[in-house]
Amino acid sequence: MILDGKCPTGPIEKSWDKHRFEMKLVNPANKRKYKILMVGTGLAGGAGAASLGELGYNVHAFCYQDSARRAHSIAAQGGINAAKNYPNDADSIYRLFYDTIKGGDFRAREADVWRLSQVSNNIIDQCVAQGVPFARDYAGYLDNRSFGGAQVSRTFYARGQTGQQLLLGAYSALCRQVKAKTVTMHARTEMLDLVVVDGVAKGITVRNLTTGQIESHWGDAVVLATGGYVNVFYLSTNAMGCSVTAAWKAAQKGAYMANPCYTQIHPTCIPQSGEHQSKLTLMSESLRNDGRCWVPKRKEDCEKPASQVAEEDRDYYLERKYPSFGNLAPRDIASRAAKEQCDDDRGVGPGKRGVYLDYAAAIARVGEHTIKERYGNLFEMYEKITDENAYKQPMRIYPAPHYSMGGLWVDYNCMSNVPGLFVLGEANFSVHGANRLGASALMQGLADGYFVIPYTIANYLVTVKPGQVTDAHPEFKKSADEVKGTINKLLSINGKKTVSEMHRELGKIMWNNVGMARSKQSLTEALKQIPALREEFWKNVKVTGSGDEFNQQLENAGRLADFLEFGELLAKDALHREESCGGHFRVEHQTDDGEAMRDDENFCYAAAWEFKGVNKEPELHKEPLKFENVHLAVRSYK
Amino acid sequence: MNLTLYVWRQKGPKDMGKLEQYEAPNVSPDQSFLEMLDDVNEVLIKTGKDPIAFDHDCREGICGMCSQVINGRPHGGQDRTTVCQLHMRSFKDGDSIYIEPWKAKAFPIVRDLVVDRAAMDTIMNSGGYTSCHTGGVPDANSVMIGKPEADYAMDAAECIGCGACIAGCPNSSAMLFTSNKVAQLAALPQGRIEAKARVKAMTETLKECGFGNCTNHYECQSSCPKGIDVKFIAKLNREYIKSLLP
Amino acid sequence: MQFIQSTVGRKILMAVTGAILISFICVHLLGNSSVFLGADGINAYAKHLHDLGPLVWLFRLVMLSVFGIHIIFGILLTLENRAATPGNYAVKKMARANFASETMIVSGLLLLAFVVYHILHFTAHVTNPEISASHLPLDALNRPDVYTMVVLSFQKFVISLIYVAAMVFLFLHVSHGFQSFIQTLGFNNGPSLSPVEKVSKGVALVLLFGYISIPILIIAGIVKI
Repeated sequence: MILDGKCPTGPIEKSWDKHRFEMKLVNPANKRKYKILMVGTGLAGGAGAASLGELGYNVHAFCYQDSARRAHSIAAQGGINAAKNYPNDADSIYRLFYDTIKGGDFRAREADVWRLSQVSNNIIDQCVAQGVPFARDYAGYLDNRSFGGAQVSRTFYARGQTGQQLLLGAYSALCRQVKAKTVTMHARTEMLDLVVVDGVAKGITVRNLTTGQIESHWGDAVVLATGGYVNVFYLSTNAMGCSVTAAWKAAQKGAYMANPCYTQIHPTCIPQSGEHQSKLTLMSESLRNDGRCWVPKRKEDCEKPASQVAEEDRDYYLERKYPSFGNLAPRDIASRAAKEQCDDDRGVGPGKRGVYLDYAAAIARVGEHTIKERYGNLFEMYEKITDENAYKQPMRIYPAPHYSMGGLWVDYNCMSNVPGLFVLGEANFSVHGANRLGASALMQGLADGYFVIPYTIANYLVTVKPGQVTDAHPEFKKSADEVKGTINKLLSINGKKTVSEMHRELGKIMWNNVGMARSKQSLTEALKQIPALREEFWKNVKVTGSGDEFNQQLENAGRLADFLEFGELLAKDALHREESCGGHFRVEHQTDDGEAMRDDENFCYAAAWEFKGVNKEPELHKEPLKFENVHLAVRSYK
Repeated sequence: MNLTLYVWRQKGPKDMGKLEQYEAPNVSPDQSFLEMLDDVNEVLIKTGKDPIAFDHDCREGICGMCSQVINGRPHGGQDRTTVCQLHMRSFKDGDSIYIEPWKAKAFPIVRDLVVDRAAMDTIMNSGGYTSCHTGGVPDANSVMIGKPEADYAMDAAECIGCGACIAGCPNSSAMLFTSNKVAQLAALPQGRIEAKARVKAMTETLKECGFGNCTNHYECQSSCPKGIDVKFIAKLNREYIKSLLP
Repeated sequence: MQFIQSTVGRKILMAVTGAILISFICVHLLGNSSVFLGADGINAYAKHLHDLGPLVWLFRLVMLSVFGIHIIFGILLTLENRAATPGNYAVKKMARANFASETMIVSGLLLLAFVVYHILHFTAHVTNPEISASHLPLDALNRPDVYTMVVLSFQKFVISLIYVAAMVFLFLHVSHGFQSFIQTLGFNNGPSLSPVEKVSKGVALVLLFGYISIPILIIAGIVKI
């Protein structure tokens, strides 16, 4: 089936304004009669719940953490982009739009990206009004820094904790609505099923993680803002609780999963130190503003301490390969370049899976004090984890799974193919194409939450009668029974392997075969191993305790069960996409000098997969991508 | 290295809890504290026992989920370090480690080391925001804010809401937590407008939630994994006094 | 009303009343040190105070209410704090809280007991009436002989010991209390806290040595009749 993104037509500059005018409105007096379920309270969910509550809707918000303030948006460090052009360096909405399309390797929808660029400026205004303490210069104006994939300084930041500050801003707006009783919070509550009545999303089934109780919640619309799925790699920079579960449950109920193979591997993470590792720690990409990436030119120098490798024996590979962007090359390119060096046996540190990020030149240029001011907290964090002082010796970094550009398919209104089901932020697939630029995730989350969903959801709600389907409908009981059935099944297996052992195994399969470089052979291998592991999981996993209590093993087991189904789809999508683009790199499709080679003739579409059941072939639906405002070009950062 | 753990085990909020002894063999110094607990749990699960429940999420020191009192100090007492960032290299072979949950009446125990911190949300709900609407706000550069004020607000805003200040406080007072938000918003022109109402509402809620009173032990500052200064409590006090004036 | 219900309001009440009490004990120390000028000094001082008549009673009333507020709210706050903390940790180490700050209620209640004794002793002449000014003959200038009362009292070892011990509690109480007052009224910008804590200890030390010098010099026989 050919999917329609329902994008507005006409000149792109006017597209969002025109669409906003054309959308229908809900009468203010009727808003409180509509109940909206918001799953996830990160930047998109928190901002969305607060904005919808403020408009007068009856909002119920859910998060698996103990407070809305802990969503993993909080861990974003570097900053948030906006086309303010405050530094007067020729930035514009058009340039941000262009950079994002190009950064995404021409695999995103033009209209969505335009809207994102347009509202980016409102986001900064909004956050400042909330009291987000962005960095300022001595004159009292907002400060900007530069970031990978752009030649202008458009990134606003709050030290190394921009995500935290933006999330706390959204959280505070949410708090205000909780006080006003327009939003009801359900913390420590995990969504375990989507309830679909006659093809329309009408509610969710959740588990109260404290008591273990299965609860049904009905709503006139369901909004998922549940983040990304890169924990399918086990070791990633995501929080331990991040999962594909909510999105996957929606996929099982008919929502299409789009471009799951687009995963971002972040170049600046702290390398793994051993088998015991439970997660990887990211350090802001802004580190590359002043740091220089290098590895020794000769293999034999790799064992030596960095200080004993002479300047002429160092290979500053990013500066060599990409003279104009140098160390600020986009993430996918920087990550792959690091992998190339290590594959060439010139990596450093334990297992030789690492490259140096060197500050000696920057310290000599601007002084240790300035570097400390810019990156002090990151250097501190690095030292805590590795016990090494990065002012004295270069940092060691290695790429790690970080972000998923793919996600549930949505149209221009952020509504999935299941009417009434909306998807925001990282959980949807819309704006980042095949690769996300730094400081754009925060921008998208807040754009969707503050400035998109409040308009587009009304356009849907006017078509439904409020409260027509409630949890009295038999579908709710059916869904709750299914959820209870799955839980009982997980608890009854009583096998030999723990959940984290099996998650580690899945992670290894994914990282080795569906990681930074994928081939037909590796993907076929993964497609053999994942179902086998899934089968073993349902026979041999051990989950202790019961379902009627606080049980973290049970939570993890359920999440892993979904990853085991989703991972297979990810590999299938990667196998089907016979081209390299952005974060998806197929070794069969590269230029002579190892750059990604797109196939615009055959693959210029979003691949939306319809789940047909476990061990059944999913069905591919295509949404062709049209580029009317930017020309499809080879993405070059040389 | 090999360690002996004494861990607080408690089935539910109404049950009696007690310290139980566990062995943690072959701990690597590069492991984080939570990874060490993960290993202990793996053994417990395989022998059919209930693993130790503990809160954790981001494991990079920013989400504020992890919450353990280790050897009598919240987060283990290392300077500016959360439990998830605490590494085993700071322990010695043969050490005994006492692991307890946050203890405060306002934080009922959910299970083992997991506590319910909803009271902190309640404090925030009572006024930890500026009442700006979505949209309809002025351009971000239309109100200038001096760098010192912005930095001061940021220093306060670094709070991760973990509750260590409360766990460490001999009075279980949430004054440092509350003061961070009061001080951050009072330092910025956007937050000044509601400053009087905010400080009154938030301190009243603090009391209603069952937190204790601040008696200036300053134990909160030394417990805080972000090293947040008690000068923000002084700021809260100033704001409170200002709120009494016409 | 909201003020005295508020946790910060109560804290401010404690700070302000505490500060008044500290000012009083400073003035009281200055007055008492007239004992070193001999009988002429302190007897003249005592007479001068008595001659103020109703003003003395007004002052006593004010001090009594200040003292009352400090005690009542001190006890209330302590009870609330006890209610907020569920039992102790098996292991708990304090990094900043100290003996003085953790024992404010103990030192406070002991000081209350001492003040009661002190008034019964030197003002009401209930304890040791045989050596009280109302029992002793008037001095050469027909004034109550406070000097002799003080010296005879402190020559008794037990009385001196009570006074010295009480002053140690006063030291503990003031060493936390003074800097607490500064913080509570908001005069702390971060770097100032450490010097303020030192000044607080200094003030407490001056009061300690000032006050105990009287019984000690008397017992050592340096101040005598």
